[in-house]
Amino acid sequence: MIQKQVNQKAWFMVLPVFLIVAFSAVIPLMTVVNYSVQDTFGNNVFSWYGLGWFEEIIHSPRFHDAFLRQLLFSGIILAIEIPLGICIALAMPKKGWGVPVCLVTMALPLLIPWNVVGTIWQIFGRVDIGLLGHTLAQMGINYNYVQDPLAAWLTVIVMDVWHWTSLVVLLCYAGLCSIPDAYYQAAKIDGATRLAVFRYIQLPKMQRVLLIAVLLRFMDSFMIYTEPFVITGGGPGNSTTFLSIDLVKMAIGQFDLGPAAAMSLIYFLVILLLSWVFYTVMSNVGEESKGGH
Amino acid sequence: MANITLKEIAHSYTGESENPDDFALKRLDLTWRDGGAYALLGPSGCGKTTLLNIISGLLIPTRGQILFNDQDVTRLSTEQRNIAQIFQFPVIYDTMTVFENLAFPLKNRGRSKKEIEPRVIALAQMLGLENSLHTKAQHLTADLKQKISLGRGLIRQSVNAILFDEPLTVIDPQMKWELRSQLKHLHKKFGFTMIYVTHDQTEALTFADEVVVMYEGKIVQVGTPEELFEKPAHTFVGYFIGSPGMNIVPCELQGRTALVKGQSIDLGTSYASPTSKNVKLGVRPEHLSLNPPGEEGLPVRIVKVDDIGRHKIVKVALDDAIFNVIMPEVAAMTGDMGSLVMSSDHVNIYVDENRVTGGTL
Repeated sequence: MIQKQVNQKAWFMVLPVFLIVAFSAVIPLMTVVNYSVQDTFGNNVFSWYGLGWFEEIIHSPRFHDAFLRQLLFSGIILAIEIPLGICIALAMPKKGWGVPVCLVTMALPLLIPWNVVGTIWQIFGRVDIGLLGHTLAQMGINYNYVQDPLAAWLTVIVMDVWHWTSLVVLLCYAGLCSIPDAYYQAAKIDGATRLAVFRYIQLPKMQRVLLIAVLLRFMDSFMIYTEPFVITGGGPGNSTTFLSIDLVKMAIGQFDLGPAAAMSLIYFLVILLLSWVFYTVMSNVGEESKGGH
Repeated sequence: MANITLKEIAHSYTGESENPDDFALKRLDLTWRDGGAYALLGPSGCGKTTLLNIISGLLIPTRGQILFNDQDVTRLSTEQRNIAQIFQFPVIYDTMTVFENLAFPLKNRGRSKKEIEPRVIALAQMLGLENSLHTKAQHLTADLKQKISLGRGLIRQSVNAILFDEPLTVIDPQMKWELRSQLKHLHKKFGFTMIYVTHDQTEALTFADEVVVMYEGKIVQVGTPEELFEKPAHTFVGYFIGSPGMNIVPCELQGRTALVKGQSIDLGTSYASPTSKNVKLGVRPEHLSLNPPGEEGLPVRIVKVDDIGRHKIVKVALDDAIFNVIMPEVAAMTGDMGSLVMSSDHVNIYVDENRVTGGTL
């Protein structure tokens, strides 16, 4: 055996990264942890409260409602954006002048700042001056996202689909482009139908990019704040108050630092847990035979 | 089952064109007899794969017609032509088991389970896949994957032809030998027409009854392995087949005699004087021998002696014309002189790179 030289100097090399991570992530997170176990009555006087805030949040109907809304929202947009993204990617041309045109068009919504997206749709949907809202009203459809919870939800969902389906499309398109021609040729020789080509060639080859797409879209949609805040402000009532909107209301609106800190920690753990579940489930699809041999 | 006829086939990947250089295939006429075992031999980029894809229907030729017996299939889809094709690199369906992969072409054609199962099992045994029938194909090694690809090509029994596009590239040499014999065996048993594309002459010569040699988008010779060896129709065939290839040197023709670097060689028959200045003499290294200096033969200098085990390859120079000579044993050393002997039966004459026979032109 060769004796490995241990060089402690390496620790100094890691130090800058360590400091950056400490200041950007660890220390802010620890202050949140700190708030979450204390209570305050102002004047910067804090007292120990243990896990009280956590219990309170977990049992609070307000948190339950926001959490269910959030799950519903993420569920709906994933159910729309993933299949839609795959369909668009399949329909996109593989060569010729259509490729750059499609790619640029697809990338456009991704380049727009989130609050601008919110503003665009906020105005677009207005019944008095918005193109969409006004047209719908003229057609006799009762659409008013300021008063009608259903209209508010529809607006937020359509906006998210408009904004983020492109991401799924681009990822899927990259996955599709990496499939060698021989696969399609072999499928033709084997007499495979269009559906079989999708099921047995394209979908398995897209599995990895789809995993990334689902994870990104899930995490992003689960943390959505800016766009619904700009469009509906969480209303009408609390109908579009998602977790992050609720959290901001609690932390900054009501200045309930303890409960807000406890909630953000729970929020963080939920995202971590669900992402892990998605990752494990999706990377195990098609790998289940590994245990067999 | 059908004879496959190519009529004036030409193909350009950039579409119809006036410029002959745009064509990857330049006007082919050829008939593949039903039940024949053919090899399509040629260097990389000579149009072999293009031709194969045209036969299978993956490509529609820019010009010309393909007939199966008398039916024009030029515009028919791959599916309608009923052809099997195996590609250079393994193509497998990752999410399926080996069994499902092999059954896929039959399943797509609506065959019953009863019919599929025994056939898949029999084929798997033949290919040595029977132990992994129920594993996911994704986790197998490259050569097992290629066996699956081969299997998918062989599973249908009523195909018009099976096309192989350098299918053994990824397989290790020992296995290559075995698979090739199995293919030959299958050919004898079922009588499929088989067209086997390769750039490896050993593979082509051992597999096929008839070898089609392609060069720069053209077919330069169709013949049995012996014909390709003894009477290459084109200098390229002479050079490409054999190891080392045919010795080809410029010469002048004078009736029965060829002049190479001022030395005359008797040709046995007389040739008409050629219209072109591009005249070459070709003779295989196997048909040359070396005598000690002073004896009958052309005076040559030995440039190099390579011992490759079974025999020796002696490189000799007549002025600046180089000949390779294959000899079982040779006493001479580099730098020595010798006398080069060739038998007139085995000398070929090429005018403009094409072989001419005595008495004609």
